[in-house]
Amino acid sequence: MAVKVIELKCIGCGKCVRVCPFDAIEMKDKKAVINEKCTACGQCLEACPVEAIEKEEEKKRAGSVDVNEYRGVWVLAEQRQGNLLNVAIELLGEGRKIADALNVPLSAVLLGHNVDDIAERLIKYGADEVLYADHELLEIYTTDAYTKVIYQLVKDKKPEIILLGATNLGRDLAPRLSARIHTGLTADCTKLDVDLENRRLMQTRPAFGGNLMATIICPDHRPQMATVRPGVMEKAKYDENREGEIHKFTPDLKDEDIKAKVVEVVKAAKAIVALEDAKIIVSGGRGLGNPEGFKLIKELADKLGGVVGASRATVDAGWIEQSHQVGQTGKTVRPNLYIACGISGAIQHLAGMQESKVIVAINKDPEAPIFKVADFGIVGDLYEVIPELIEALDNVDDIVEGFKSISKGA
Amino acid sequence: MNIIVCIKQVPNTNEVRIDPVRGTLIREGVPSIINPDDRNALEEALRIKDTYENVKVTVLSMGPPQADAALREAIAMGADEGILLTDRAFAGSDTWATSTALAAGIRYIGDYSIIFCGRQAIDGDTAQVGPQIAEHLGLPQITYVEELKIEGDKVIAKRALEDGYFVIESKMPVLLTAIKELNKPRYPSIKGVYDAYKGDKVKLLSAKDIDVDFDNIGLEGSPTQVNRSFTPSGRTGQGEIFQGDYKECVNKLIVRLREKHLV
Repeated sequence: MAVKVIELKCIGCGKCVRVCPFDAIEMKDKKAVINEKCTACGQCLEACPVEAIEKEEEKKRAGSVDVNEYRGVWVLAEQRQGNLLNVAIELLGEGRKIADALNVPLSAVLLGHNVDDIAERLIKYGADEVLYADHELLEIYTTDAYTKVIYQLVKDKKPEIILLGATNLGRDLAPRLSARIHTGLTADCTKLDVDLENRRLMQTRPAFGGNLMATIICPDHRPQMATVRPGVMEKAKYDENREGEIHKFTPDLKDEDIKAKVVEVVKAAKAIVALEDAKIIVSGGRGLGNPEGFKLIKELADKLGGVVGASRATVDAGWIEQSHQVGQTGKTVRPNLYIACGISGAIQHLAGMQESKVIVAINKDPEAPIFKVADFGIVGDLYEVIPELIEALDNVDDIVEGFKSISKGA
Repeated sequence: MNIIVCIKQVPNTNEVRIDPVRGTLIREGVPSIINPDDRNALEEALRIKDTYENVKVTVLSMGPPQADAALREAIAMGADEGILLTDRAFAGSDTWATSTALAAGIRYIGDYSIIFCGRQAIDGDTAQVGPQIAEHLGLPQITYVEELKIEGDKVIAKRALEDGYFVIESKMPVLLTAIKELNKPRYPSIKGVYDAYKGDKVKLLSAKDIDVDFDNIGLEGSPTQVNRSFTPSGRTGQGEIFQGDYKECVNKLIVRLREKHLV
């Protein structure tokens, strides 16, 4: 599906050159010429006023399969040390919708050792069946064992779609698996739809640092694989009365199958920053000026019973750990209240927090893009505004009463 | 010991802005850089070179001819040589096709103990190419490496998790992907920059040179396709912005937050 300029129609206006996000079009002799940076994203097609750019017809590709042999939707139910991750429940919610639209069963794929209780819960969360590989070598995740077992399942059962959580381990497994199967994989999808006509999964993800959204398809290869970030999809509802089948089996695995061996598992002593589950987040950005600024952010977060978030700039600068990062390359959050302090509002940050119910921005620069998405904003020095705010939170009732009496008086 | 570091030249997405009127990307003046995670991968390879005898570091990239600059920068930092896979036939490759081409490039170089990649590139953020190269080459992989030791014919790595880490051991050859916690990349020296442009330190290879199946590269060799792309509409807040006396601003904010039952 390459993009091509129809030279006769091209009027050399240069509109395509300006909209191309990848710098892939040049003007030569007053005609647009597409170079090797082209990703066939299609921005130029829409921009061309004379329809001089077209997409070439799709051809069957290497490794393509008979897509009609593949049916069913799978989600990987990631568990660690016997705990089911929340993202698995989110995937079940999303997978249920897709399976219903395609009128096929939803299967949860569970790998582990002695996690029968999790298998039961997956049914209650909406799976029609659970493919449960039980083996002591699956107790802790390894790339080699997980890839081997799931690859064999895919070969045997031929699902049309597999969804995985874009966790640190999901992002290790999914590409390895997709390469072994020879199929496409779309990372960090924020939206999934189905084109019912040809049963294609329409996988929308941010690209170019969140500056562009792209919808990706995988037309000729199966299964269609996608990873989804934790916190992006809504969790499936738990239904105590749901019933389904659990297929428990012992996969063929030997010690020597595992080339990269996990010799130690260390849990961080520090508290985990559960940004995705937080109801209130107070985030700091470059405007803090220095790492000590996060003390003030923490103080406000504590006062509100919330947690501390951070922009990419502060993480890159080493002011705070990456686990706090909100945005396209960090975490996607949707709290009830998001307070952005000294954050200008780069697109890549907005991509991770604009689903928040109420956004408050505190920034010196009245022109900062963050004010465009904020419900409420205060223009000012955060080192003066935040202490005022912390103090005010002790007297909320008085302040609200005070305002009532003023408005009555007026 | 030979180490191959895969690097990608990327636009510095931190500096990309949206034209507020036309809603399109402004990319004029956006500089190209070596992808940040790849820089950490390179730094770790160079540290191994600094520590042990007879270590050769080759940097490998796939991209347009301009990516030469990224390879020269890597050489200026201390790499021994660069290889650029550049061919129209590679254009439009998705991660599967890219990893196929890079794996062929690595086979062409041959004889390696460690393949290093960055975890992910800032223009795509997929983190897929490293593990896919490992699969194509049949190598064990350790991703998200934040600490690395070499002991005999083995590597021992700390691989980061969201809430801790694994310690993973593997024999070489192995593919590793680096995250920023691994190290602090060095800057090229002035002499290094000067030397990087002397002589024949970057080799250009075409798809034919590396003996890769043309059906498996480029747009045609990519299982995934871009169906459409668009600028995110985003949220259009009709926000209330307070200015002036801070105390007054804060009080107004408190009243609004109370109305929404947030305080």
